[in-house]
Amino acid sequence: MRRIYLDNNASTPVLPEVLEAMQPYFGEHFGNASSIHHHGQETRAAVERARDSVARLLGCRPAEVVFTSGGTESDNLVIAGLTSAGDHIITSSIEHHAVLHAAKHLEETGCEVSFVPVDGRGLVDPDDVKRALRFNTKLISIMMANNETGVLQPVEEIGKIATEADVYFHTDAVQAAGKVPIDVKRMGCDALSISGHKMHAPQGVGALYIRKGTQLQPLFYGGRHERSRRAGTENVPGIVALGKAAELAMQGFERGDDKKMSTLRDRLQQGILAQVEEAAVNGDDAPRVPNTTNIYFDHIEGESMVISLDLKGLAVSTGAACSSGAIEPSHVLTAMGLRTDRVRASIRFSLGKQNTKEDIDVALALVPETVARLRELSPAYGKQAVVS
Amino acid sequence: MSNPKTIAVAMSGGVDSSAVAAMLRAEGHNVIGLTMQLWNQRRLAGHEGMPEQVTGRCCSLDDVYDARRVAEHIGIPYYVVNHEERFERDVVRPFVAEYLSGRTPIPCSLCNNHLKFDQLLVVAQQIGADSVATGHYARVQYDDARGRWLLMRPADRSKDQTYFLFGLTQGQLSRTLFPLGGMTKPEVRELARKQGLALAEKPDSQEICFVPGGDYKRFIDAYLAESGEALPDTAGELVTASGQVIGEHSGIHNFTVGQRKGLGVATGSPLYVIQINGADKQVIVGGDEHLYSRTLRARRVNLISVDDLREPLRVSVKIRHRHEPAGGVLEKIAADEILVTFDQPQRAITPGQAAVFYDGDIVVGGAWIA
Repeated sequence: MRRIYLDNNASTPVLPEVLEAMQPYFGEHFGNASSIHHHGQETRAAVERARDSVARLLGCRPAEVVFTSGGTESDNLVIAGLTSAGDHIITSSIEHHAVLHAAKHLEETGCEVSFVPVDGRGLVDPDDVKRALRFNTKLISIMMANNETGVLQPVEEIGKIATEADVYFHTDAVQAAGKVPIDVKRMGCDALSISGHKMHAPQGVGALYIRKGTQLQPLFYGGRHERSRRAGTENVPGIVALGKAAELAMQGFERGDDKKMSTLRDRLQQGILAQVEEAAVNGDDAPRVPNTTNIYFDHIEGESMVISLDLKGLAVSTGAACSSGAIEPSHVLTAMGLRTDRVRASIRFSLGKQNTKEDIDVALALVPETVARLRELSPAYGKQAVVS
Repeated sequence: MSNPKTIAVAMSGGVDSSAVAAMLRAEGHNVIGLTMQLWNQRRLAGHEGMPEQVTGRCCSLDDVYDARRVAEHIGIPYYVVNHEERFERDVVRPFVAEYLSGRTPIPCSLCNNHLKFDQLLVVAQQIGADSVATGHYARVQYDDARGRWLLMRPADRSKDQTYFLFGLTQGQLSRTLFPLGGMTKPEVRELARKQGLALAEKPDSQEICFVPGGDYKRFIDAYLAESGEALPDTAGELVTASGQVIGEHSGIHNFTVGQRKGLGVATGSPLYVIQINGADKQVIVGGDEHLYSRTLRARRVNLISVDDLREPLRVSVKIRHRHEPAGGVLEKIAADEILVTFDQPQRAITPGQAAVFYDGDIVVGGAWIA
């Protein structure tokens, strides 16, 4: 069976160039980057080259980049590291759980948190952020791109609000990095999280941009790695890979890869909408990253759709996986005010650099037939299921 | 194999359903493992009276882990499907409501009727499976003469689960497989060992899966508290069979017909709950002799081996899971109501439980005791 992977917002394959770049750092160049000898100097240099690449991707200085274990750690580090009891935090109802649950934890331990809503397109209104400001607001954390809809948030406007109010602004850019250009100065942000495995580097590595001079309380206690902001021996192969992936992403923007990606995504989206009745795109009217489309198919159960497609070799997703692996209705689509049945009937397709036009065409053959089959078996679609 | 089918196996993470998956896979079928996520064990953990630690079995992460490892070991695709909403609506809420109205419910039958052989069959169809196989001990076969699907008792009588399956319709039975129907439990464990399943020695589960430690009273308290509903006042009078009020009781949901302990009154001879009167919140008590009855009425009838009860039928009847079937005559007395007249009086016929009718090994049907 030919397997096609359209769930790149969950994780992406490591690109061959990235794998090649990191491979020597497992055996040949294995030193601890903090060691003073030759072996340490070799890996230290590699880590700093990677830091330069990530800094270029984000538009910041290398010293402002802290390597972490991934997006979740970056989010937790900045949210817990910039606030203390009595502070007020503003975030949104559509954040990734790494931000939402970190904020909820702080709420239980003495912070105040405001969760601003989104509109039907999945967009935060900057005026809502402004209205949520209080005398004790310390941090605004609003994501750059949403993982489920791909909707790009008005981060530049929010950045201005934060600057005027003299409040820290963090953005979780895990789903934006490598897909759209990022410039932390233009966004006016003080902190920004990225994750390796969402941009064709491996799982287990990420980074946090933190503006120079920002006092950050670390999560871990240990050595003085990463300028005392993140203790623990560096994950050198992962960091080298993240650097390479950042470099490739920059080259991709110069070549116009993002335009190609959105052309492929639109081919998929339009092809599905042309063939399937009673289907619509969630977040259609908002600006989106080029690789994501979230489509609602009336009268289907998303869970059965994902399983059916997987059994035919197409990997897509719906909602969020809970600890058992079962699917819980998406908090993002729910926050957009969509009806429960529409939330459950929505499927996320997310493309990666490895996907081809042929992949899209196979998906375009599989999706309509699967929707038709599920609707045929749906009692709500006016036909009785075979089971009485 | 000549005719491989696509079969969804309902995998609970126990030995029985794991053995079914391994067996069907070894026979060459296309097997898809499915586990139903029905209840979040952590939901009520730490509520007043409930244990902090998760102790219930239903949908525990350990069981999902075990099922997933089995699926991986035998090389089949495996998915967890979320049916928490339906489970709460069709099993948990009725379970609580039945106790609060003085009856003693059987959630396993409701789960079979509304989830395992309804929702799961729909999911199985949707993902392209011809049928659903489970680890229940029962047999299903098509009878040409009658033109009906039959539900039958299994080879291992000690594991017979037909009592919980009486609600299955012909449509459901036609798409259901019980591969363990001809096997004994030791044989199933042996099969699991031969297939190299790490959980071959895992102990059987007994309790109601979503009620930790089997303490349903604490569960009801915690469930209502979580929903923001006050526990209704179900306290009332303790009354003798002759109508004499002899005391007060703490609430009808704390009692079951046949119960002896916890009545809070001291008398010369042992007293039992002989009836619970939900409308008046009365618990009627009496001597052991008052527990016996020769007749029972039951409603919400499901017939399996016959399409209707045109005339009285001799059957043996089980009135609870651990009950030796007793001989009697079954007759229809209203559109959806039956009467059983036993040869010998039966002890503690309990409203809310099921009466399941057998003709030898064949399940004739069943109904809910009124």
